[in-house]
Amino acid sequence: MAFDLRISTGSSTPIFRQIIDQVRLAVATARLKEGDALASVRALAEQLVVNPNTVAKAYAELARDGVIATHQGKGVFIAARRPIYTSAERLRRLEPALDDLVREAIALGFSTDDVQKLVQTHFRKMAGRKDGES
Amino acid sequence: MSDYVIQANGLTRYFGQKCAVDQVSFRIPRGCIAALLGRNGSGKTTLMRMLLGMLEPTRGSSTILGHQSLAIPPEARGRIGYVAEGHPLYPWMTVGQLAAHQSRFYPTWNNTVYRSIVDHFQLNDSTRAGSLSRGQRAGVALALALAPEPELLVLDDPSLGLDPVARRAILEVIINVCGGGDRTILLSTHEMQDVERIADRVLILDQSQLVADAEKDYLLSHVQEFIIDNTKQNPDIRGLVSTRNQGNSLHLIVANADEAGAGALLAAGAQQSDVTLEDAVIAYLSRRGSALAGPAGQEGGAA
Repeated sequence: MAFDLRISTGSSTPIFRQIIDQVRLAVATARLKEGDALASVRALAEQLVVNPNTVAKAYAELARDGVIATHQGKGVFIAARRPIYTSAERLRRLEPALDDLVREAIALGFSTDDVQKLVQTHFRKMAGRKDGES
Repeated sequence: MSDYVIQANGLTRYFGQKCAVDQVSFRIPRGCIAALLGRNGSGKTTLMRMLLGMLEPTRGSSTILGHQSLAIPPEARGRIGYVAEGHPLYPWMTVGQLAAHQSRFYPTWNNTVYRSIVDHFQLNDSTRAGSLSRGQRAGVALALALAPEPELLVLDDPSLGLDPVARRAILEVIINVCGGGDRTILLSTHEMQDVERIADRVLILDQSQLVADAEKDYLLSHVQEFIIDNTKQNPDIRGLVSTRNQGNSLHLIVANADEAGAGALLAAGAQQSDVTLEDAVIAYLSRRGSALAGPAGQEGGAA
């Protein structure tokens, strides 16, 4: 499996948050698909050399958000994608990233068209979707 | 039995006129990995020795595994593992002799655990302790402390003077043998990366006093930095941990900034940013002046 979690110390992002972010990104970019297995809490803790409680905390949040599902005795799997947020909530979650993107684009002198094209390219590359449709 | 493996109530210790530990109170719940941080001479070792009943406090008291520190019965002592600073070992004994010697004291000695740690550090049973490297000595000390499968492990600066490989090996052993279970660990260290990796809870001692006691992630998310223009006057904000001048700006580290305080700073044009654990800890250790409201004793920080 081409999914390799990496954490870094000395960041203002806590380690449990880094794990959550990376699993979410891997799911979003289809590097992790429904049914793919993740390492157990203990195995991942040993692999990353972090406290198992930290991994458990990350998995608990991912499970609560419907990203992963734990099957007793079988392990941790990527769950079927289902919309668990309202459209308003989805928008609220996307807003900060949009702010960053647009701020940088303006500062660096990109036009709206430039940004749209770039977003489309990235969508194709990451999510394997065309033209930014969902 | 109490859910708290360690409880300290106003522990205080003087050496002559000098106060080494000043009114320290905290509780460590079962299964918690707690990191005790502080500068050299801040009282970490003295505190640990009092908790273990090896040193009598001038005032205050503590319990460990439900027993008064000064009256721990042998049965309970057998459930505590302790690695003193510098990993002291009898230098004339071989690694194998040390294990044979130590195992006699512990009815719960697990030779498989001992073997796995000794192998992890690639140690040979016939080597004399006196000719081991610092990292190897650390490995033996850890194996001797962990083989009895203690409920509580107290490690006094286990990574002191170790190379990165040995340091990592120690973390791996701690996670492998202790992590995620009911085992409680109290360790003192200066290695912030290690703290980030393994600690659940952070206790910070500064000049003999406990200045922060919180879950690690709570500390990270509740300590923030505000950067304001130097020309503006020094703000009076609740929870101020430290201030630092840098170029033309004033950097304020604030714990548990309330809305009023943070709002006032932001209204004055301050930039707000998150801090790393290392920034937060250094802020606590380099502050001066009176005791300030911090995350110490915060209920939100309880495990």
